[in-house]
Amino acid sequence: MAEKVLMKGNEAIAEAAIIAGCRHYFGYPITPQTEIAAYMAKRMPKIGGTFLQAESEIAAINMVYGVSSTGKRVMTSSSSPGISLKSEGISYLAGCDLPALVVNCQRGGPGLGGIQPSQSDYFQATRGGGHGDYHMIVLAPASVQEMAELTIRGFELADEYRMTAMILADGTIGQMMEPVSFDFAIKEAPEKPWAVTGTKMERAHNIINSLYLVPDVLEQKNFERYEKYAKVAENVALAEEYLMDDAEIVIAAFGIAARVAKNAVNAARAEGIKAGLIRPITLWPFPEKAFKKALGTAKQFISVELSMGQMIEDVRLATECKVPVSLCNRAGGMIPSPEQVYEAIKAAAGKAGK
Amino acid sequence: MTREMLFAGFGGQGLLFSGKVVAYKGLIEDKNVSWLPSYGPEMRGGTANCSVIVSDDPVGAPIISNPDILVAMNLPSLDKYESEVKKGGIIFVDSSLIERKVTRDDIDVYYIPATRLAEENGAPTLANMILVGKLLKVIGEYDEEHVQKALGKCISARHADLLSLNLKCMEIGRDYE
Amino acid sequence: MVVFDRPHALVDIPLHYCPGCTHGIVHRLVAEAIDELGIEGRTIGVAPVGCAVMAYDYFGCDMIEAAHGRAPAVATGVKRSDPDNYIVFTYQGDGDLASIGTAETVHAAARNENITIIFINNAIYGMTGGQMAPTSLPGQVTQTSPYGRDVKACGYPVKICEMLSMLEGPEYLERVAVNNVKNVNKAKKAIKKAFQNQIEGKGFSLVEVISACPTNWGMTPSAALKWIDDKMIPYYPLGVYKDRSAGIIPGAKEEA
Repeated sequence: MAEKVLMKGNEAIAEAAIIAGCRHYFGYPITPQTEIAAYMAKRMPKIGGTFLQAESEIAAINMVYGVSSTGKRVMTSSSSPGISLKSEGISYLAGCDLPALVVNCQRGGPGLGGIQPSQSDYFQATRGGGHGDYHMIVLAPASVQEMAELTIRGFELADEYRMTAMILADGTIGQMMEPVSFDFAIKEAPEKPWAVTGTKMERAHNIINSLYLVPDVLEQKNFERYEKYAKVAENVALAEEYLMDDAEIVIAAFGIAARVAKNAVNAARAEGIKAGLIRPITLWPFPEKAFKKALGTAKQFISVELSMGQMIEDVRLATECKVPVSLCNRAGGMIPSPEQVYEAIKAAAGKAGK
Repeated sequence: MTREMLFAGFGGQGLLFSGKVVAYKGLIEDKNVSWLPSYGPEMRGGTANCSVIVSDDPVGAPIISNPDILVAMNLPSLDKYESEVKKGGIIFVDSSLIERKVTRDDIDVYYIPATRLAEENGAPTLANMILVGKLLKVIGEYDEEHVQKALGKCISARHADLLSLNLKCMEIGRDYE
Repeated sequence: MVVFDRPHALVDIPLHYCPGCTHGIVHRLVAEAIDELGIEGRTIGVAPVGCAVMAYDYFGCDMIEAAHGRAPAVATGVKRSDPDNYIVFTYQGDGDLASIGTAETVHAAARNENITIIFINNAIYGMTGGQMAPTSLPGQVTQTSPYGRDVKACGYPVKICEMLSMLEGPEYLERVAVNNVKNVNKAKKAIKKAFQNQIEGKGFSLVEVISACPTNWGMTPSAALKWIDDKMIPYYPLGVYKDRSAGIIPGAKEEA
């Protein structure tokens, strides 16, 4: 096994991308994700890759669109306000079924917001963000090791399903250092006969395009895309289940919130409260099965979020509102403390006991 | 065993670096570790801190509400975090920079004139490492070999002179009574 | 003997352009240049949003349709993907290049990105039905300037070649027109040079083509060609604005 190194989450993403064969990075500075750009600026020239600081997030995502059109692995990264700008380009990537990796190291919003960690781009990430009917595969790392693992997985899934994969991280996971090992087996990128690589005068021209002026043709395109999304939902959805065998109070939390929640679940178990945690690793597709299974023992769900409550809607949908779902949250760059989550569990257990 | 440590002071005092050395030492000893900085515009000149957790168990939240150990390198940090330290915890105070005493009596306190000692030893920017040396000694974790290895991970080979100066400062801290 | 045939790089399908529109002429000139330079098999074109949106169907090389204004950024990505092999061009109108995509245009030029840009300036938004363009002339009547472009309210036209010529980055900037045979021949030379520059690795080459839009100008095709001579060319003088390899460097001249 490769030696573990201590690394920031953002740097782990960058190194993992290089291991995954990504040789093109386009970005624009924004806190708290700039370490990714800085790492790429240092490394790419030494391995024959391209690092380019674009004139804007809009330009960066369109450069990604250009490289992806030629069939190569490519990525960009930003933080919340920058992702809003990239959303136009992400919609076009979806409309052309182009693979790409986009990192959102979230900060508080709306507007310019702040620079402290947040999870308030959940709706934007899981519902699409830009215009039109589409989805991204949204991966939510909760450790520096997962920042690396899910980056590699993201490139693989993007290629396999010809979709944008988004790493939905936050300022904490991006900035923190933890031991990480880069001992990965990489799946080779599949053949991409659709790519524009020059006809070499041997074939008809390939066209990368999202324009379909005839509505029933465009409708058919959307139908086909949603058939693909159904397969993704079936094959890709993933969650970590922690102490869920007999859990009566079930925490739903992803990313940094799940780390905090785990402390609280442990504290509650020490007090004899049957608490458990479902940590979605894919936010789209949402791991509904884990939640349906939990209904066997669950008396209440608590969604722990760094937002005003966004994933809670998916928890309610997945559980069909069969038991109460409450929110335990902080917003604007604040993080719930383990004590706050523990109190929420205790209150829920008290109610459930009555 | 889980130790939650908070290193706090002004930006530029090297607190993030000293936290990294402690975290790397933990990694070398096969412990679970996390290192979380405060980040943003306050990084230069304002208050900076970093939270380090070294544990035998997987680290949950990397955020520390109540540290076992506080290293305070300026008065605002001591004012802000003194009351947060766990009962029975330890505070290391740079007494060259902080004149007041700790008011609590349910914790151990070590006063080290780290900045003065650093200046006297020709390493005016390494007061942080003197404090780290003392910290590791007090908690019985000053392992010569692991400390050297950890420093080696945090300082690139090109700066070998810096490495020996850092080590010297850690030893000054270790031996300060 | 065939004396006038369809260029190979132009696909044999009907174009959708209006009668009297000069897009067809410029498409042909681009295709001829690609043919003559023998680069079709490694050329990748980027189409805009605007009347030329469906250019991806017309050019025989591999093609990409870009979001409105973003073609230079997309072209940058493509070029960087395989700089020694790909020949990359964008084909953009005035709304696309000089309004919504100004930043992408300026910065691709500033980087001396080794790409070729064909810029169609017909002083109007064609596809959306004749609104004021960034290049519409002062006083020009359009759907969104029904009393004539009022420069007090909406400012002055953007002169792309003049503006970009002040940058150190770009290699070659020329403005041409396609309203008579003589001008078409000059346009052909400029377009071919803009591709040749890329092959030789010289860098960013942009050819601004003053074009006619009889439909939205509300004129007959012949009146539109005359309007180019009478109104457009006096405001947008033709000629080479920058050619670094030939020593035509406006910024440097002023310093000297």
